[in-house]
Amino acid sequence: MNLQIEDKGAAVLLLVEEERLDAHNSGELKNQMLKLFEEGKHNLVVDLQSVRFVDSSGLGALVSGFKNASSRNGNLKLAGLQLQVKSMFELTRLHRVFEIYTDSGEALASFQQ
Amino acid sequence: MTTDRIAVDIKVPNQTRYLCLIGHIGENIAHTLRSYSGDREKLAYDLNLVLTEAMANAIQHANEGDPAKEVHIEISIFKKNLFIKVFDFGQGFDIKQYVEPSHPLEDHGRGIYLMHTIMDEITYQPTDNGHVLEMRKAL
Repeated sequence: MNLQIEDKGAAVLLLVEEERLDAHNSGELKNQMLKLFEEGKHNLVVDLQSVRFVDSSGLGALVSGFKNASSRNGNLKLAGLQLQVKSMFELTRLHRVFEIYTDSGEALASFQQ
Repeated sequence: MTTDRIAVDIKVPNQTRYLCLIGHIGENIAHTLRSYSGDREKLAYDLNLVLTEAMANAIQHANEGDPAKEVHIEISIFKKNLFIKVFDFGQGFDIKQYVEPSHPLEDHGRGIYLMHTIMDEITYQPTDNGHVLEMRKAL
């Protein structure tokens, strides 16, 4: 999976550079997030601006990251959701669970408040 | 009146790397239909999603991740209905245990829930050598 990880201080930014986040590649995102949690990094921003398709496995990986972050008193916030990807969060009511920002700059700034 | 008569029959290895191929076929069908008057972009996403979910289910729950097995998919359009059949060659799974997740953070059942939401009818039946997941959507 094409994934850029950058420590921005208040949070770690994960930029998913894939068209699809599905059962083929979501396990890798999940594992990368677990690695960050093990390193003590509990605040994450996942930027999905390149992703135009997400399935239940992709949602599952993000939910797993959210639960892990929360259990460590951290947070996982989302940024850059395309319209149809956002609809998937609404359909599964996950838009009420995640903090969703227009872009990663806004999401990162929310960790600094 | 122009009617759409499409029948696609495809077999792919039991591997998640082929999800993208199958999903794109669904999207292309949505863009190709002549007589569809609804939101075509939404239909394209929905067909991509149900095909991806159904095939991922066959790989993970029915064919038990064996890369030597294959998944057989039929997509057809008949009398303004779109039919999808996904055949697997494994032990199968109990579709009834996957109802609507009671909480959005529930770990299981999201895929089946999404398929139920998008399609008008879903059944999962045994065949001679496995199972078939059959879905119908009125166009």
